[in-house]
Amino acid sequence: MFDLTGKTALVTGASGGIGADVARALHGAGAVVGLSGTRVEPLEALAAELGGQAHVLPCNLSDAAAVEALPKAAITAMGSVDILVNNAGITRDNLFMRMSDEEWQSVLDVNLTSTFRLCRGVLRGMMKARWGRIVNVSSIVGSTGNPGQGNYAASKAGMVGMSKSLAAEVASRGITVNCVAPGFIATAMTDKLNDEQKGRILTQIPAGRMGDAAEIAAAVLYLASPEAGYVTGATLHVNGGMAMI
Amino acid sequence: MSDIADRVKKIVVEHLGVEEDKVTESASFIDDLGADSLDTVELVMAFEEEFGIEIPDDAAETIQTFGDAVKFISAAV
Repeated sequence: MFDLTGKTALVTGASGGIGADVARALHGAGAVVGLSGTRVEPLEALAAELGGQAHVLPCNLSDAAAVEALPKAAITAMGSVDILVNNAGITRDNLFMRMSDEEWQSVLDVNLTSTFRLCRGVLRGMMKARWGRIVNVSSIVGSTGNPGQGNYAASKAGMVGMSKSLAAEVASRGITVNCVAPGFIATAMTDKLNDEQKGRILTQIPAGRMGDAAEIAAAVLYLASPEAGYVTGATLHVNGGMAMI
Repeated sequence: MSDIADRVKKIVVEHLGVEEDKVTESASFIDDLGADSLDTVELVMAFEEEFGIEIPDDAAETIQTFGDAVKFISAAV
């Protein structure tokens, strides 16, 4: 099951915890992977770990020109982009009353606008191939909201509406567009929380533990697979029961 | 028929899967050749690629028929 031999996949945020595991999962299923991220060193380390069939494609997603260039660089390196995983995301948390325009805009730019641009950039090839998979990594807070994360929650909810719209446009061409919405996953991003905060969060998770990046990667792998061809416009929540939606 | 018209016709036939003789001067992509709105976008992209031209959105909207396409592209190349 889930054989991606002969497919090419571009993964953003591959230098982070979830992105790296997504790349490992897709690569493990046989795909050629393009690893994108801002920091080159972890990307090269991951490419070395994967061995062959991995390309390092650095990109600063807050730079519009660099984002436009990324799909082209990926096609040059891999021949096509059959699977796009928009995983990269940043947080700039602040209480709403204190949030600056810059904090708002930078999160929207990286999390939502770059996702839009990358989707647009890979569509032509997918339309021609009559096959494509786009998986956008949203977040539980896009559905539930979270104090201090007005910008982040807006970007992640925006991703869901955008994905559904695009899914409706391109479904007839064999292209699916879905979201995966992680709950609290043990990564560098959630490491910043102190023990008391973590303890409080854990009381809200029926599974009684934080999720693992590999558990998000498994959901992405499913949505990227040929087997998920009839699933589109969906959001797959992977959150240990924290929000049953 | 001009070389441009031949190349445009080939793209239309291949993309929409229609008989060549249906692609007449006045044939509308949507009304006569069964294209949906996404097909028309794909056709315009295919024309851009084939002829190395840019077809802006407002111009693309005026290209309704096979004849429109040939006329626009002939003027643009």
